[in-house]
Amino acid sequence: MNKPHLATPYVVWIIGFTVLPLLFVLYYGLTDASGNFTLANIAAIADPIHLKALWLSLLLAFIATTVCLIIAYPLAMIMRKLNLSKGSFIVMLLILPMWMNHLLKTLAWQLLLSNNGIFNTIFVALGMEPVQMLNTSGAIVLGMIYDFLPFMILPIFNALTRIDKDVIDAARDLGANSLTVFRRIILPLSMPGIISGITMVFVPSMTSFVISDILGGGKILLIGNVIEQEFNKTFNWHLGSGISIILMIFVIASMSLMSRRGDKEGGAALW
Amino acid sequence: MVKSFLEKAYVAIIFIFLYMPIVVLMALSFNASKSKATWGGFTFDWYQKMFSDGLIMDALTNTLTIAFISALVAAVIGTAAAIGIQAMRKRQYNLTMGATNIPLLNADIVTGISLMLLFVKFTELGYHTILLSHITFNIPYVILSVMPKLYGLNKSTYEAALDLGATPFFAFRKTIWPEISPGVFTGFLMALTMSLDDFAITYFNKGVGVDTISTMIYAELRRGIKPEIYALSTLLFVTVLALLLIVNYRSAKNTKS
Repeated sequence: MNKPHLATPYVVWIIGFTVLPLLFVLYYGLTDASGNFTLANIAAIADPIHLKALWLSLLLAFIATTVCLIIAYPLAMIMRKLNLSKGSFIVMLLILPMWMNHLLKTLAWQLLLSNNGIFNTIFVALGMEPVQMLNTSGAIVLGMIYDFLPFMILPIFNALTRIDKDVIDAARDLGANSLTVFRRIILPLSMPGIISGITMVFVPSMTSFVISDILGGGKILLIGNVIEQEFNKTFNWHLGSGISIILMIFVIASMSLMSRRGDKEGGAALW
Repeated sequence: MVKSFLEKAYVAIIFIFLYMPIVVLMALSFNASKSKATWGGFTFDWYQKMFSDGLIMDALTNTLTIAFISALVAAVIGTAAAIGIQAMRKRQYNLTMGATNIPLLNADIVTGISLMLLFVKFTELGYHTILLSHITFNIPYVILSVMPKLYGLNKSTYEAALDLGATPFFAFRKTIWPEISPGVFTGFLMALTMSLDDFAITYFNKGVGVDTISTMIYAELRRGIKPEIYALSTLLFVTVLALLLIVNYRSAKNTKS
């Protein structure tokens, strides 16, 4: 089967619909409205509003990723202890919410958190004061954690199940206590899963604009919201493209920071 | 004892966290009251209203046809591509696989606007631009699920079939296809799910008046959600559950054999 020409339609497709569109972004990002070369659209990231949005995106994505890691690691350890196989029912139940339309999931959180929503109705019924939960940074982080938690659980769980039990038994026979076993064996061997999980939570959190729009009430801008508004509200495509280039640089930077030690099977293992 | 109880409680709390929003949507789909927080009795009204709501049905039809067509086209192009890429020389191979990873790794919003910038130069935005964009981000999923099957393939059987006088198509169908078809099917289902779930890319590449479920919900959010949407979400959840059960059953069967 030596038929490299079978890939020709695909190669044409990626040149037309992946490479060419990115060149368009570069072109728009590096020109002004009259088509002259400029770096102003890139430099626009230094604008205080844009800088604040970029900083907030990185901060909220960092918090969401950290919380996901703290929640997911013990869960994956428990799942490993329960000897769950990859196709088991509990693992499937964990994956299931991941495939629910994420707009609907975010909508559900809006219903739960809003001022006359379910949580506040319960609070009032219990005699407490209603709490402003929607339209806060906390609500956005909660939405990110909810949407992307399974992306942290699965790679870590996969990495943990691959650890040979004999290695752990050997360490115990040689006198290691639980803490030493965890620190010297389990943690280092699950590192590829952790790193792949971090990438899979951090990048979509940082680039999301829907979660912040729905749960932040349009008042809290992330870098994705800035880009979206430049394209759909102020119609400054040049500026939007310039900021997209900045966003791409941050995505590539966080990817390459992680991928050197990442788990190659992480993505495929989701299925 | 205490430790095992704590572990079970921990798993239970996470499951409650994961399923609470979904259960809320499902419960509201049967709630006779329009209120978001009070129970007004059980009803199937919203399901009936949903099926007679033209906007919802149009969006549902668009979502399903786009998902199905884009997954099918991606399966054909992607399978051919995987066979071709595998036969490539190292340099070409690395270049093509690098490009294949772009839509997977890039931020959805950037993929979305980049395609839009291209489309508006040559055509009006509409159903066909959504379809083209979905095919674009679907093909890599098919390639990545077919490639591993090709590596485990015994190439001699195909050569032998040709030597024995089979046409290339017949030889392919009898020797290669049975080996790679589980990968193609998994890739197809992944593409289908990705397409059903997409919002960001569709949002930038849809024309006025053309909506998928995701973009319709986004627009509704600004006007206030109709309870019919809760009925729709319950229906979608059950569909995804069924899809996942099929994939799970198939991959469990594959790993056993």
